[in-house]
Amino acid sequence: MNNDKLVIGGREFHSRFILGSGKYSLNLIEAAVKDAGAEIITLAVRRANTKEQENILDFIPEGVTLLPNTSGARNAEEAVRIARLARELGCGDFVKIEIMRDSKYLLPDNQETVKATEILAKEGFVVMPYMYPDLNTARDLVHAGAAAVMPLASPIGSNKGLATRDFIQILIDEIDLPIIVDAGIGRPSQACEAMEMGAAAIMANTALATAGDLPLMAAAFRQAIEAGRKAYLAGLGRVLTRGAAASDPLTGFLRD
Amino acid sequence: MENQFFVDSEHLSPEALAKKHRLENDPSSRKSHMEYLPGMERIESDVCKNVMEQMNAFDYSRYTAKEVRAALEHETCSIEDFKALLSPAAEPFLEQMAQRARRETGRHFGNTVYFFTPLYIANYCENYCVYCGFNCYNHIHRMKLTMEQVEHEMKVIADSGMEEILILTGESRSQSDVQYIGEACKLARKYFRMVGLEIYPVNTDEYRYLHECGADYVTVFQETYDADKYEQLHLMGHKRVWPYRFDAQERALMGGMRGVAFSALLGLSDFRKDALASAMHVYYLQRKYPHAEMSLSCPRLRPIINNDKINPLDVHEKQLCQILCAYRIFLPFVGITVSSRESAEFRNGIVKIAATKVSAGVSTGIGDHESKYSGKEADGAQGDEQFEIDDGRSLETMYRDIAGEGLQPVLNDYLYV
Repeated sequence: MNNDKLVIGGREFHSRFILGSGKYSLNLIEAAVKDAGAEIITLAVRRANTKEQENILDFIPEGVTLLPNTSGARNAEEAVRIARLARELGCGDFVKIEIMRDSKYLLPDNQETVKATEILAKEGFVVMPYMYPDLNTARDLVHAGAAAVMPLASPIGSNKGLATRDFIQILIDEIDLPIIVDAGIGRPSQACEAMEMGAAAIMANTALATAGDLPLMAAAFRQAIEAGRKAYLAGLGRVLTRGAAASDPLTGFLRD
Repeated sequence: MENQFFVDSEHLSPEALAKKHRLENDPSSRKSHMEYLPGMERIESDVCKNVMEQMNAFDYSRYTAKEVRAALEHETCSIEDFKALLSPAAEPFLEQMAQRARRETGRHFGNTVYFFTPLYIANYCENYCVYCGFNCYNHIHRMKLTMEQVEHEMKVIADSGMEEILILTGESRSQSDVQYIGEACKLARKYFRMVGLEIYPVNTDEYRYLHECGADYVTVFQETYDADKYEQLHLMGHKRVWPYRFDAQERALMGGMRGVAFSALLGLSDFRKDALASAMHVYYLQRKYPHAEMSLSCPRLRPIINNDKINPLDVHEKQLCQILCAYRIFLPFVGITVSSRESAEFRNGIVKIAATKVSAGVSTGIGDHESKYSGKEADGAQGDEQFEIDDGRSLETMYRDIAGEGLQPVLNDYLYV
């Protein structure tokens, strides 16, 4: 278990909790790092595009990997421009692609995301694309050079949990990159479930940001994610779908 | 109601006064408010028809507590639910509405509150809108800032820490043409992260030009969606053309703007119908332009120079709060802006429930930021204000107050791409 590491873009992480951007406050960052153990924090480049007094970059603790995202991009071209700007701002080579052509549900545009991933991966970025869980798109992202795939669990900010559970499971089963469940995780139990399924990490923001006691909720997420990961590594025991197991197997008549 | 706003200035010539009285008293002397003037672009759109059908069919007296309760129980707020929440039957449920609105705001915006400030660069106006301080018959100090003065004002505002600016003019194409406004946008890009515009409606190609100059958001208030009432209040000028104004946001989006803002001036006409129409305007445009960012404002009438009879009639704070909660529940993803027309107490309260953006360090006059910000005597001429503001807090005070309420003030969340 101690050797269990999350590797993205050649970098190793012990924590499998990633703080999303969206609702940001300084208390949230502190709780995410201290209580949830986050080693990666997402940063909306558009939020970092500010003068000194408010610059969120100043509040990211040392040793934490910044994951700038391209929120605000409406197509691949804009995402690429924002990613390059993030690099210029000194945010490193990690980038989370977020492309939305929908201001109501903020659902990602898979096609444009593949295009942006291809361009940025060629430029040496460690590309982590946010996507709607679709196997064909995920395969395209692998070919485009993504470092991880980040399917949404349910609409962003909804706290509704694993609405796309079965499709995320398909990605976990078929894609040889870390699958990081992003958006919609509302409670620790949902995070735990995703980890049991084999997700590599969980990204959350709203669930913490809107909690009554932020540090306590952050700690709960840490434990849930760790529990889910352990269960996955341990190999889940059998689950009976209905009733009891037949003591006389149907195939008991087979002789040779 | 229409005549309560009329005020005659002693400075008007007998001819001007005679024309003003003719416009006020003889509807046949006014141009048709539904006919486009030369040069006004006409676009193909069914948004107006859809909004008007909804508004005309809205009989808020038929809703009861039963429909309001059902609306509050539904996870997704339908148009029918929204209508119930706007009705008088929802007034006793204001606290429940506020609780629900607060949850929706938290889910979509967290605990953040965005700040901006308006900058009026000219107050010349060619319209006669009877309730507005800038109207062409009102005797006020008129002024149009030179680019040097615009830049000076911007520096003063930027030095206060503000990062988002909303550039406003009176509605005069001859005094403040599109080129002039474009130059102001280019300057604003140097000092601010985000540049919005609240100017007279223009054509798509002009919005495209202003977007290229650095503006990315366009605010146009329809004032009232009741075209007949509109006709009685906007007696002369380009603004009188109601449908051209209605399509302004759509033309702005066609011109490449990222976002658009909407509002009726609550209190001019039936405020419940106007609130419904404002939200439906957002709703239908969002379906047509799903990438666009949208926001709603909720101005109430304010007294103006030379006319203190102008007040928000039956839209009290309770009704205003009801409208804002209904907006939030129906359109949880839209920004809601509450201006300094409202009191500090109201704004402190409403940002915890539904509002996501507030103005600070506000002046609605022309060229007076330095004197207002530093207390320094003004050394040049200043133009008079459009209306009286209520909440005069500076950015610094506002920042402290909002943070003190446990909210996170945000100065910028935007990138021009």
